[in-house]
Amino acid sequence: MEHPIMTIEELEAMAVTIRCDIIEMIATANAGHPGGSLSAADIVTALYFRVMRIDPTKLDWADRDRFILSKGHACPVWYAALAERGYFDRSHLNTLRQMNSILQGHPDMKRTPGIDMTAGSLGHGLSAGVGIALSGKLRKKDYHVWVVVGDGESQEGSVWEAAMASAKWKLDNLTAILDHNNLQNDDCVADEMPIEPVADKWRAFGWHVVEIDGHNMTEIVEALEGAKTFQAMPTIIIARTIKGKGVSFMENVVDWHGKAPCREEAEQALEEIRRCGCE
Amino acid sequence: MSNTKVSPYHHVRSEIIGLLGSEDLFAKAEQQPTRYSYAEAILELGERNTDIVVLDADVSKSVGTNKFAERFPERSFNFGIAEQNMMAAAAGMATTGLMPYATTYAVFASMRALDQVRNSIHYPRLNVKIAASHGGITPGPDGVTHQGQEDLSIMRSIAHSTVIAPADPPTTKLAVWAAAEWEGPVYLSFTRDPVPVIFTMDYPFEIGKAVTVRDGTDATIIAIRDLVVQALIAAERLASKGLNVRVIDCHTLKPLDVEAILKAAKETGAIVTAENNMFYGGLGSAVAEVLVENHPIPMKRIGIRDTFAESGPYLALLKKYGLSADHIANAAEEVIARKKASL
Repeated sequence: MEHPIMTIEELEAMAVTIRCDIIEMIATANAGHPGGSLSAADIVTALYFRVMRIDPTKLDWADRDRFILSKGHACPVWYAALAERGYFDRSHLNTLRQMNSILQGHPDMKRTPGIDMTAGSLGHGLSAGVGIALSGKLRKKDYHVWVVVGDGESQEGSVWEAAMASAKWKLDNLTAILDHNNLQNDDCVADEMPIEPVADKWRAFGWHVVEIDGHNMTEIVEALEGAKTFQAMPTIIIARTIKGKGVSFMENVVDWHGKAPCREEAEQALEEIRRCGCE
Repeated sequence: MSNTKVSPYHHVRSEIIGLLGSEDLFAKAEQQPTRYSYAEAILELGERNTDIVVLDADVSKSVGTNKFAERFPERSFNFGIAEQNMMAAAAGMATTGLMPYATTYAVFASMRALDQVRNSIHYPRLNVKIAASHGGITPGPDGVTHQGQEDLSIMRSIAHSTVIAPADPPTTKLAVWAAAEWEGPVYLSFTRDPVPVIFTMDYPFEIGKAVTVRDGTDATIIAIRDLVVQALIAAERLASKGLNVRVIDCHTLKPLDVEAILKAAKETGAIVTAENNMFYGGLGSAVAEVLVENHPIPMKRIGIRDTFAESGPYLALLKKYGLSADHIANAAEEVIARKKASL
């Protein structure tokens, strides 16, 4: 099932829908991680509605692009994108984190249609992406592997093990997107355990580095499409993002990493997101 | 053995049977570290199954998987000294239909990379085979940091795990091949130090099916990995004292062959477990759980007590840390005495 390629404006509108889904989902569950879901919303929207070669009706399609949300706690953004893209009915979004739900607190590939890799323990996703990319090279498949990594997550040593391996095997079929929202659970990344100069680090590890505004849909699409065709090196798109993007009281506030909005807060958040989408 | 008697042994090579009573079995018997048998088996497997890929973490020369790399360079991936990345990458490969054998030492597979092994391999039940050399204190000289004395206990505690520790070179090859036919993660534990070639290739290796390798009625020794040969030596020593002891090669720790354990418990009335692994959470614990819940009888566990070992020759370490044939034989005599006392 071919999906019509969305224009930038349509992608921006879809990102509004996905942000609303995120708020609704987390408010209904009364648990979850809104900040990092909202920061990744534009990136995930661009991937699922424009860039990735996928077909929700062919879950096991061997040639499909793979997506891994290595910062698995931000899965509400993934679930929203999958539901809006038709992988499962939107009604499931109301069951996030509930017993018997297909939508676990962290992504579970065996429960959720469209999820290609279980994630949650930080620092695994890029490694899994390396494995899928190596398999693609071995089997001469032309799929692309997309991995969203968190900036706090980048403190895990295994991320850099995977970075080394990707360069060794010249995995140009693998693209990492760093959701660089500057905050983590306890504090600002820069104060807790600095990762800068992060672009230089990735360059030093042998990666092609592209830096963008992670909320500018034009820049996002351009960077993703560029990464898909870049040869002989893996690409990392360092996306400067805002944690809690779209909701004034959540933006850049550490506490909204893993806290659910109450109903009143959710209503205000939804209104702000929709209003922003109309501007 | 008298010619008039039927041999109590099953699938045991006659050369080994002849040496079981000898003090220097290890000096005389043909032997090989089971890590090398894994390397041979994976090479053969790679010939007939193109889904097989071998992942290494800088131990391919030590284990012998460098031969696979020479034969199948495109299906061999050396991740360097980065076991965590290797394990999660193996998981990723498995999602695409490849069958990775991720190769490292037991300490690294079961501890350093355990988070990847649990969350990225076992939780989604991906078809990754974990090939771990240096299980137990079988890297004698290397010392504690390289002695995987907890691997069986740790891996047994992970949901969806299948844990296999073959006793000798031939059964190692059979285990490696059986793992390829088994859907889902399999943890295979091998020895760094040489162990005798005990079994014939007609050994009926089936995952989850323990094999009675010596008949007996007075007690049963249930052993795993490198202590199976020690159990056979112990049984021979007991035979010279007129005690007739059954030996079971419990190569699969999980899923445990509960049926074989209960049969032995009911028929022999006394059990000794023998493992070159921690006293906690491994074979002894697993068998004790079965017996306590179903058929409590005199039992004793041979395993590493609450201690780390040290560098030294493998066989000397077995003696010092309570894992030798003599320790097993003494334990068997103790449970037999307790059984008689309770009759």
